[in-house]
Amino acid sequence: MTISRVRVRPVRAALWLVALAGGVVAAFRYVFGLGAVTNLSDRFPWGLWIGFDVMSGVALAAGGFTIAATVHVFKLHRYRALLHPAILTGFLGYLLVVGALLIDLGRPWNLWNILRPLFLFNSHSVMFEVAWCVILYTTVLALEFGQVVLKRFRLWTLLRITQLAIPPLVVAGVLLSTLHQSSLGALFLIVPGKLYPLWFTPLLPVLFFISAVAVGLAMVTVEATLSARAFHHELDIPLFTDLGRAAAVVLSLYLGVKVIDLAVRGAWPLAITGSVESVMFLIELAAGVVLPLVLLVTPAARSRRGLAVASWLIVGGVVLNRVNVAVTGMLRGSGATYVPAVGEIVITAGVVSAGVLAYLWIAEHLPVFEHEPARPDHAPAGAVAIPAS
Amino acid sequence: MSLTRREFLHLAAASGLGVTVLGASRPALASPKAGMGVLIDVARCVGCRACEGACKAYHGFPEGESSDLGPRAWTYVKFAALREPKSHLNLGDDGASQRSFKVQCMHCAEPACASACPVAALRKTPAGPVTYDAGRCLGCRYCMVACPFQVPRFEWGKALPEIRKCNMCAERQAAGKVPACVEACPMEALQFGPRDSLLAEAARRIAGDRSRYVPAIYGAEEAGGTSILYVSDVPFEELGFPVVVREPLPAYTWRALGKIPWLVVALGATLTAVEVVVRRRMEMQREDGERS
Repeated sequence: MTISRVRVRPVRAALWLVALAGGVVAAFRYVFGLGAVTNLSDRFPWGLWIGFDVMSGVALAAGGFTIAATVHVFKLHRYRALLHPAILTGFLGYLLVVGALLIDLGRPWNLWNILRPLFLFNSHSVMFEVAWCVILYTTVLALEFGQVVLKRFRLWTLLRITQLAIPPLVVAGVLLSTLHQSSLGALFLIVPGKLYPLWFTPLLPVLFFISAVAVGLAMVTVEATLSARAFHHELDIPLFTDLGRAAAVVLSLYLGVKVIDLAVRGAWPLAITGSVESVMFLIELAAGVVLPLVLLVTPAARSRRGLAVASWLIVGGVVLNRVNVAVTGMLRGSGATYVPAVGEIVITAGVVSAGVLAYLWIAEHLPVFEHEPARPDHAPAGAVAIPAS
Repeated sequence: MSLTRREFLHLAAASGLGVTVLGASRPALASPKAGMGVLIDVARCVGCRACEGACKAYHGFPEGESSDLGPRAWTYVKFAALREPKSHLNLGDDGASQRSFKVQCMHCAEPACASACPVAALRKTPAGPVTYDAGRCLGCRYCMVACPFQVPRFEWGKALPEIRKCNMCAERQAAGKVPACVEACPMEALQFGPRDSLLAEAARRIAGDRSRYVPAIYGAEEAGGTSILYVSDVPFEELGFPVVVREPLPAYTWRALGKIPWLVVALGATLTAVEVVVRRRMEMQREDGERS
């Protein structure tokens, strides 16, 4: 077990500084109210935290369920080395989303009411469904990640027993992810009069789900290239080329559905009006979907740089899409103006920094990157989670 | 925005208005539309703000004239300048340049806010009012996002904030009294009663003075119908009333949510089947490999 220290002390110090600044602003928010640190208003009650921290955060954490399904359901064991980093990213991502939500919620002490469905059941609320799925899926990720912890402490018997539970756990995780990734889009189905028609469509849940799968795969590549640099790993380029090809297939599907949907709704003319919405929409589509698609189907997908650029573009495109749906597209219909306040930006940056710090710490102290652990001889050859090769 | 908004008030085109509104009410929606409501007559309103004052006095809010809804202004009187002067029913030519009307929660028959709320803190009561229970509320503000009339307000400056909005004086209603605002109106511009009778009264007023009233009842079908209804002698569009879809908004999200049980069953079964089949195949391949 080789644990390499990251030799990036200045970066780490900066991350701590930003995270602490976020903590200070968060404390301020709890004492003086949301109005003291945000530019949110009665006409625009959701802003950067929902658009970026929550909606983009959940999407970017989708690598956890896509890779888990690839390895444990479809048993494509060559992707096994990506599993634990992806689950770690997913797990941390959801913890950060919950953390950001606790800052955004006006009455977080009532959050436990969500857990009392028998008394407070509202099956018609998309928010109710999203909340339950996020809680359950974060638990699933914790259990999946628990495998890494068991491995770290060499609890082989416990590991062997719990491995039997992994396939059903992964199936549950894929189900929960499918539900809430799409439901984050469904949240906005109730605002047909507020969300700009470039984004409002009955297919919002479908588009959110497809783009989540694409960005999940892209995030795995982004994260691998970053940690390869930080931890001085070799990058298995052909593996990521294939992953990129898979992302390209998903992205093509997304583009196809989007193009047809806009055509059927007659919304395409709105994309070329030169309005703020049209410009943001075109950037989202061109830089976040078309450009990475081109990169991934050309020889660029065989280079480390080409893969990294394409993956970053997909990540940026999906983040922009979520922010456009939650913020850009809602401005005109709400008759509101909104630019995130400094306090909102500091907290968002703090949340991201805390996530990176947590990732670095865990990657250094737990066997996240071990491709195959040195197992004692009595490890079961037929155990489900052990690759055949 | 005009591109997204559908033609405003198709009712305006209908000639036999009373028949149109009352005869076309969909039976499927009849039950949630029961309960009490308020009919607001824009033509009668003189802008005295007595309703606003009574609301604030009754709920213990600070006095004064509000220019928007707020946590401590559950209703206010809005003034809209007219494009062309039109003699006022009560004020004559003195009031020809503008109209005034009361703004508050519309108390939808099928409220978007209540459907959005994950913990049912907002509820449509059978009596008519849409009420709020702070003890349940998480402060997620999805109700504010969902409301097509942009009514719910949030206490942004408080460490322990609540969602605040008009509750149609539900507690007064329970005690057999009319809402404070209705009681205060000196011009009979506000009328409290069962929604069905208010709709009939609205149609009667329009039919009784076709040269004055526009042939439309705002709230008859907006967002699937609201407990608050408006009639006016100036088109609602000119007064700046929000243009709202006619279908109840909860139906929009339910079309997606209602598919979830099927999705869970189909996807769960498929994934499990794939997992089992692939695992069996791999085990068989391994056995074959060991045999040969």
